[in-house]
Amino acid sequence: MLEADLLVLGAGPAGMAAARTAADAGLSVLLLDEQARPGGQIYRDVGNVPEDRAQILGSDYTKGRVLAEALDHPMIRHLTGTTIWQIEAGPRVSFTRDGAASSAKAKRLLIATGALERPMPVPGWTLPGVMTAGAAQILLKQSGLMCERAVLAGSGPLLYLIAAQMCRAGTPPLALVETQTFADRQAALRHLTGALRGWRLVAKGLGLLAEIRKAGVPRYTGASAIAIEGKVQAETISFTSGGKRHNLECATVLLHHGVVPNTQAARSIDVPHHWNEVQQCFVPEKDGWGRTQLPDVFIAGDGAGIGGATAAQLQGRLAALEIACDLGKTTPADRDRNAAPLKRQMETELAARPFIDKAYPAFREALLPADDTIVCRCEEVTAGDIRRYAGLGCLGPNQTKAFGRPGMGPCQGRYCGLTVTNLLADESRRSQDDTGYYRIRPPLKPVTLGELAAMTDLETDEQEPVT
Amino acid sequence: MKTASPFRELETDVPRVRVRFAGKDLMLRDGGNLAAELLAAGVLSFRQTPVSGAERGPFCMMGACFDCLVEIDGVTRQACMSEVTAGMDIGMPGTEGDVDA
Amino acid sequence: MESDYAIIGGGVVGLSVAWGLLQRGRSVTVLDGDDGSFRASRGNFGLVWVQSKGMKQPAYARWSQRSAAAWADFTATLQDATGFDAALEQNGGYDFHFSDETLAKTVAQYEILREKLGGDYPYEILGHNELRREEPEIGPKVAGAILHHQDGHANPLKLLRGLAAGVRGKGGTVLNGKTVDTVTRDSSFRIRCSDGTVVEANKLVLAAGLGSAALGPKLGFKAPIRPQRGQVLITEKLPKILNRPSLIARQVDDGGIQIGATNEEVGFNDKVTAKGLAGLAAEAIAAYPILAKAQLVRSWGALRVLSPDGLPIYQESPEMPGAFLVTCHSGITLAAAHASFLPDWLEKTDTAPDLEVFSEDRFALS
Repeated sequence: MLEADLLVLGAGPAGMAAARTAADAGLSVLLLDEQARPGGQIYRDVGNVPEDRAQILGSDYTKGRVLAEALDHPMIRHLTGTTIWQIEAGPRVSFTRDGAASSAKAKRLLIATGALERPMPVPGWTLPGVMTAGAAQILLKQSGLMCERAVLAGSGPLLYLIAAQMCRAGTPPLALVETQTFADRQAALRHLTGALRGWRLVAKGLGLLAEIRKAGVPRYTGASAIAIEGKVQAETISFTSGGKRHNLECATVLLHHGVVPNTQAARSIDVPHHWNEVQQCFVPEKDGWGRTQLPDVFIAGDGAGIGGATAAQLQGRLAALEIACDLGKTTPADRDRNAAPLKRQMETELAARPFIDKAYPAFREALLPADDTIVCRCEEVTAGDIRRYAGLGCLGPNQTKAFGRPGMGPCQGRYCGLTVTNLLADESRRSQDDTGYYRIRPPLKPVTLGELAAMTDLETDEQEPVT
Repeated sequence: MKTASPFRELETDVPRVRVRFAGKDLMLRDGGNLAAELLAAGVLSFRQTPVSGAERGPFCMMGACFDCLVEIDGVTRQACMSEVTAGMDIGMPGTEGDVDA
Repeated sequence: MESDYAIIGGGVVGLSVAWGLLQRGRSVTVLDGDDGSFRASRGNFGLVWVQSKGMKQPAYARWSQRSAAAWADFTATLQDATGFDAALEQNGGYDFHFSDETLAKTVAQYEILREKLGGDYPYEILGHNELRREEPEIGPKVAGAILHHQDGHANPLKLLRGLAAGVRGKGGTVLNGKTVDTVTRDSSFRIRCSDGTVVEANKLVLAAGLGSAALGPKLGFKAPIRPQRGQVLITEKLPKILNRPSLIARQVDDGGIQIGATNEEVGFNDKVTAKGLAGLAAEAIAAYPILAKAQLVRSWGALRVLSPDGLPIYQESPEMPGAFLVTCHSGITLAAAHASFLPDWLEKTDTAPDLEVFSEDRFALS
């Protein structure tokens, strides 16, 4: 079993920043990540991207190189290609690497597992050729692959970023099908003053739109009734916009309507979560340092609530400062002195959030999909199925899981959990908090029985409850 | 074999190796992301679902959705979390000839 | 609103009894817990099982046999009413042995039981090679197996869903998300829930699983019930590789291989441990080496509902006549008996099964 002062799960901005800050404070750090190279999704492969790709991706991407390079520190051990499938009290994690299962233990655990794209269940979203917009960006970052004849559908700043990058690469999207309405924009303007404090983000957004306009990409706004059709693969996307039905032929559809925290790891150890109405997702409960109600477990980055890459990095550093203080490596006074500038920067960073959240709300039709739409991709369970199970008395997602298998497939509910909770909350007229979420159990990701059976360094120091 | 792909590679002058996918030979970028390289080679459907037999391909490209599952050495793996190596023999889960899955 | 019966517990046991009573024209109100309740109905192994049960109490073996024999009719009736198929397969099941010694020892016990049951205990012993003809994927470490022809399995989740639909379809009232606070009895039973709901009924069945341990004494039962954790694994969906179920593994109707289960006395702790997973995986691979390459996709810890001797408890309250405790750890196997025969016991008809050996009299007051 590997041991360290601090175990960090995830080598994205929060995890990388936390690892370095903790190492600088004298903590031994074990950084576990699934990918072959550091960066997470936002800075995927940032350390070995060729210059032409770097130009297309822009400086907001390439600035991640600093974080990746900072992992070169004697106190940091970065295990790449590591799939974590269980977290237990200790804190201890079990993982698979190079086809062998093993485990690691530390004094503190930092979960920095980032975000997932908000599921966007619309008819046809399971067809080959339909991907998340983030997937297209990963294809570009890691593999230099551009989608030709693609339509982007949904809402949010990421949609513009990807469209602009596609324009730069000479493969502009066929169209942007945007779900936000004029009313959303009006509502967002109330938050404009706050947003101006985060003017860099807003300016960036305007610059992207200018690039998209220049490339002549058609934009449809207030889109509804979005459906993707195709015999085996996506062939067309149809939608209503401006009172008219449109039908666009395309090879790829890229969906996006915001990102949500990936809560699988935190939920698997029963960190309490609550519903965030503005961002329409569950977020873990934590204090200003990222400490959860489990005193030796911290969360930083988008997994703790969506704030973007820079905020994630700041949160990672703050958590590391508190952990170093916890473990007696720094004094509370030093911690606070080092934290002060980070906290100020965080305020600026988050200032534009309310504006963005209001201007680009989640697509309503995808939050409560029509009956025929598949909600659970793995088990092919439809929204109508969920509504029927609600009618059979299912108040929460763990009962519907037993009744009809949503959330039982290999993705463990990552892409159906929020939708199922929303549907049940809507049917029973209860809040999302009262409705609850899937109970997440190991394995967090599949592991072969052979790998499991070969585990040798097992111990059980389970706390037996008094009954 | 190279099928028309709706994806364009920014860099084409790269070392490639031969792999087999569903019984067909493909030349994929050595060390590349398996899901991305299959897409670049024009493979959009990676498997058929065990529930309805519907075809699926990569959706999230970040290891979360499990739609890009393929079979490598008799084990179901996420293509987007795998690297291309020379001589890989990749099966398409859910199709005939995949009886030893 | 007053029902003939109020049933506390909306799991497989409570719903099976409700279904049976509704078939007899009784009105029923079921009180069910919430999404986070401990629910053995969601976590069990799904066997409809006879062998190894009632080694010390042949009446239990007989009761299990009677239920297993009634299962096909039970599930067919439910399917006719709801369209839901519980995927019953009764082609026999195995008890695998990794040594000739344990096999011989078990057979000796089965022989004693067979005699007590008047010879009705149809099993055969399969050596490694005979077993291999039945199950080509068994591993070299398997010495042999006992194939019991009254064993089988079903999909317990589909059964739960079918019962939930069937009880509603037959006019039963099911109230979900309820926690029972108090029960009083005057001319009829008054059940008060924490949210203020009040249910009145002439008779009451307590089938709340582990919840019965706390509620039971309030109704005059001893209810000596404890949780025992069983960790269970399930793999990705695979083509058919296991022909019959065993206590180690079974292939469920939609393809996953279910592997079970640990027996752990850890109180109300339903967590999964890495150690538990590794042990179960190793045993499954010893039985079926091909499973080494299978991906584990889910695991869970479920809490068995156990009495001190592991047998069911069927008891009418001495303090509150008309209140009955129904609890067991084999809610799936016994579902058919609970739907088909238990109503006669509750109604005290001439054809009521003799369940005296399952009364609480067998437990000394502690």
